Amino acid sequence: MIRYLIRRLFYALPILLGVNLLTFALFFGVSSPDDMARIHLGGKRVTAEAVERWKVQHGYDLPHFYNAAGEGVEQVTQTLFVQKSLHLFTLDFGTADDGRDIGREIGKRMWPSLVVALPTFLLGLVVYLATALFLVFFRNTALDTVGVVMLVALMSISGLFYVIGGQVLLAKWWQWAPISGYAPGLSGLQFLFLPVLIGVVSGIGDASRFYRALFLEEAGRDYVRTAHAKGLSPFRVLFRHILGNAAIPILTGVVVVIPRLFLGSLILESFFGIPGLGSYTIDAIQAQDFAIVRGMVFLGSLLYIVGLTLTDLSYAWVDPRVRLQ
Amino acid sequence: MNLAWNFQPTVLISDVLLFLLLAAVGIYVWRTSYSENARATWRRVFASRMGRWAAWVMVFFISLGVLDSLHFRTAVETPAGQVQQYSGEVLSVLDALLTPLRMAGEKTYSAPFAKTLLVKESVTLADGSVVRLAPVIAHIHPLGTDKVGQDVLYLALKSVRTGLLIGTLTTLVMLPFACALGIVAGYFGGWVDDAIQYLYTTLNSIPGVLLIAAAVLVVDVQIDAHAEWFNNAAARADLRLLALCAILGLTGWTGLARLLRAETLKLRELDYIQAARAFGVSHARILARHVLPNVAHLVIITVVLDFSGLVLAEAVLSYVGAGVDPATPSFGNMINAARLELAREPVVWWPLATAFVFLFALVLAANLFADAVRAAFDPRGAR
Repeated sequence: MIRYLIRRLFYALPILLGVNLLTFALFFGVSSPDDMARIHLGGKRVTAEAVERWKVQHGYDLPHFYNAAGEGVEQVTQTLFVQKSLHLFTLDFGTADDGRDIGREIGKRMWPSLVVALPTFLLGLVVYLATALFLVFFRNTALDTVGVVMLVALMSISGLFYVIGGQVLLAKWWQWAPISGYAPGLSGLQFLFLPVLIGVVSGIGDASRFYRALFLEEAGRDYVRTAHAKGLSPFRVLFRHILGNAAIPILTGVVVVIPRLFLGSLILESFFGIPGLGSYTIDAIQAQDFAIVRGMVFLGSLLYIVGLTLTDLSYAWVDPRVRLQ
Repeated sequence: MNLAWNFQPTVLISDVLLFLLLAAVGIYVWRTSYSENARATWRRVFASRMGRWAAWVMVFFISLGVLDSLHFRTAVETPAGQVQQYSGEVLSVLDALLTPLRMAGEKTYSAPFAKTLLVKESVTLADGSVVRLAPVIAHIHPLGTDKVGQDVLYLALKSVRTGLLIGTLTTLVMLPFACALGIVAGYFGGWVDDAIQYLYTTLNSIPGVLLIAAAVLVVDVQIDAHAEWFNNAAARADLRLLALCAILGLTGWTGLARLLRAETLKLRELDYIQAARAFGVSHARILARHVLPNVAHLVIITVVLDFSGLVLAEAVLSYVGAGVDPATPSFGNMINAARLELAREPVVWWPLATAFVFLFALVLAANLFADAVRAAFDPRGAR
């Protein structure tokens, strides 16, 4: 197990390095620090001195890969690639354009994100699985057909409409909950109701249909027929045999996203005014703050790889045939 | 000289690509008509009532998109003897057909079929007294007008092309990568497989929206810095749209590549491919003649399935600020502009409702058609 985890770590390094190189190529190769400076200083009529000053202020006045002016190791370390890109491996995200430390902001903002994303994720999983099991229980009936058509209709609605519609209907007209806002602790519960509900409902079409297909595939297998034939109740077959054996494909899709819950949802957070990482990212994109976007890309990949490792561990946990070594 | 009929055809790059794509579909249909097997499969797609209906709705939307992709510029009055000058505004055949809607601009909001504007204005009457009343409008707008007085129905019809382009051109970018890399990885195995797997795991590990947003930010900077690349605003907006398709395609090929790799891994062990190899058929020929046709069903299913997701992605990306040019009519831009109008008093609901109905119809038809295609093409049998 420990050996397995260590090996996974070594697989993760080249991937993170690849992500690092890719973002470096994107932000420093395709576009240059000069371009960045010009955007922030505004327009085309910016003097060369102003650009230089901005670059010095933000630490972009270094060569890309090789610094001839440095001494010894500094020839390699005093470069954009090491300072701006490789430094991410130490979880040092640098400073944003407004001068704040990105690492501190991430540490502060991931909790509001998690407070919204975790209940949405857990409640969503229960609702989606229950809907799918319900439809599979009534498979080949009119109920199933109507249900599937409704799911297809639900998944054809843009996520933006769920948020806008939910805010107008539930908050403005019916006044079930405040339209947006956030407060830490128990007093913040009222603010959670709407984003969690909308988050769950907006995913139901895609997810339930996917799970239904998984369950139907299991339901067509021989052992299910045998279970029915030996007189087990349909409920027992559904929950014990079908749900149990579909666990592996379900886990494949579910466990990998758990670490990413910290990143929050871009749309939900920005509509509901939640001060999490999702709204942080969206603000950074709209303000063209490249340092934050680079940091979030790296963090996202890191969490994805953690998710993949957790997925493998979960296989070993639910399936006795899987051994990790 | 009749100015209305004097025009110069203007070709945008996206038009060319769209018609190339249509030509490719045409060639596919023509070749399919010779194959009994493929014809039978497609007949299964249209056998269900749902599939037929969805196909007709798609045909309607695609015709709108095609009419909107035939661009021209009208002539402007030029003194005799000089070279004929053309207007800077690029129009399409759809614009020409919708001239009554397009030209019937109002000052600001008006409700569907309303006879007056939504807001009241101070009007000085003939006797000098000033009253506040809503000005009467000259034209009928079946779906009302938006903040700057544009007809909402016209905007929605124009948005269809953007959605269609994003759903189809992205596929055009994605397919070569997905097919080449996926099949090669599965067929050759070994270090080739390792390298390609590394490539798509790396791309996959970056959160999709972030990668797309990052790339769009960078491309925007380049477009802003190179104003000399295009001679009018339409070409600029067009380039941004194409860049978005290219980015979506370059980041979106991993899913299909993975499917194709897995399928090719299975295929290469089958007898007919082993036999071809034993006969000394070259790798390139085996890939082209024996592998590619046998994974084509996966390609078709994925292309049709991805379409609706891409159309929906445009709306979200435009909201995030990484979508199409704000001046391009698109469902994302419509929703973005309309969402704050619900908070107005009186409520302006029609732009949002229109965007909802059109987007829903397009995506629902695409989803239902995709289901029919998958049911017909999936060898594991339809459910």
